[in-house]
Amino acid sequence: MEISASSRQILAGLLESRTGQQIGIGRRWRVDAALAPIARDGGFTDVDELVKRIASGQAPALAEKVLEALLNNETYFYRDKLPFDLLFAEPLKRIEAARMKERRLSIWSVGCSTGQELYSIAMSLAEQATRWRGWTIDLVGTDISRTATERARAGRYSQFEVQRGLPVLQMVRWFEEEGAGQWRIAQPIRDMVRFENRGIADRPPMPGMFDIILCRNVLLYFADSMKRLAYTRLADAIRPEGALMLGAGETVIGQTDRFVSDPDSRGLYRPAPGAEARRVA
Amino acid sequence: MKTCLVVDDSKVIRKVARHILETLDFTVEEAEDGRAALDHCTGSGMPDVVLLDWNMPVMSGMEFLRALRRVEGGDAPKVVFCTTENDIAHIRAAIEAGADEYVMKPFDRETLHSKLQIVGAA
Ligand SMILES: C[S@@+](CC[C@H](N)C(=O)[O-])C[C@H]1O[C@@H](n2cnc3c(N)ncnc32)[C@H](O)[C@@H]1O
Repeated sequence: MEISASSRQILAGLLESRTGQQIGIGRRWRVDAALAPIARDGGFTDVDELVKRIASGQAPALAEKVLEALLNNETYFYRDKLPFDLLFAEPLKRIEAARMKERRLSIWSVGCSTGQELYSIAMSLAEQATRWRGWTIDLVGTDISRTATERARAGRYSQFEVQRGLPVLQMVRWFEEEGAGQWRIAQPIRDMVRFENRGIADRPPMPGMFDIILCRNVLLYFADSMKRLAYTRLADAIRPEGALMLGAGETVIGQTDRFVSDPDSRGLYRPAPGAEARRVA
Repeated sequence: MKTCLVVDDSKVIRKVARHILETLDFTVEEAEDGRAALDHCTGSGMPDVVLLDWNMPVMSGMEFLRALRRVEGGDAPKVVFCTTENDIAHIRAAIEAGADEYVMKPFDRETLHSKLQIVGAA
């Protein structure tokens, strides 16, 4: 059933004020599909009634649920593959050299959704055990969706999710079959990562500065002002020799002057020279 | 354009797979069991990729794979199992027999695409 224009407006306002995400034309159909089950479960006659209840401000838990349903959590292991291959070539070597003295590496997946992105990195590092022996590695994922971060932490994936993008050898090596089509990423990998429920506009998680930041398919639906704020947050949290990975269709060009493309690795970006000075000033 | 041989006794699955593979720029051939697939490989030439069901009449996917890896040039095609056998024992056995990837049915375009990228065919 079609929901009213005023309901759409209320929902769009809620989503944008809480997350920065705008509901694009192409995503409108999702609204009805995403909210119909919540309306039904809550005993509302239709989605408009559900929206009215939320707009009253008297049902924060319900509003939270609706918000979660409006977020697009789509993700999969090694999404787009190539940028991960590129990251693990030159950029990681450069970062390893820069951090050799402290032997400390920190990686942040912003908008990590259900964790596949960060677990992909964790598995790849675990497969280079000798290289990273003696290193302290922080792998942190953050997302504004509470349910997504909870799922990420649990590390449980359906049969459908577990094979999307994940090489079978890695699946066999790092996952346990739990039965009923459910797979769980193994404890040693779960022990490498940390997930926190926080938005990109909030302060970055500990340790605060990162060598690699992945912010993929998150900024797409942000308004320009929110994009600028997000890039400022990321630029303030990345080390000078660090690498930023965006989604396949995304670019910093025309969006921020705090990052520049990495000429050798398509899809990867580096902090603009002088960014350090700006931060101190 | 790369070629993919779809081996499945279900006409519906072959059709679905063909449709997806064509959107991924593959030339698609079909075989309805392992025997027909083997004849195809030795007769018409090796495909770049074989998308292989497990349970089929006449010759199973596993028998086909073992036979394929023994014939001349049979180590070249990337073999991607695509089956409802979705437990770790079957998956391990497939890898040991020389399969390159494994897709558990049901699958969609993204899953298949990602697996073909992994074997370097897409
Ligand atoms: C499409 S998913 C992308 C997941 C993963 N990065 C990838 O590329 O596969 C986008 C994620 O961004 C999260 N998100 C949206 N707005 C956010 C915000 N303001 N702060 C943090 N995360 C946000 C959503 O909850 C969702 O999980």
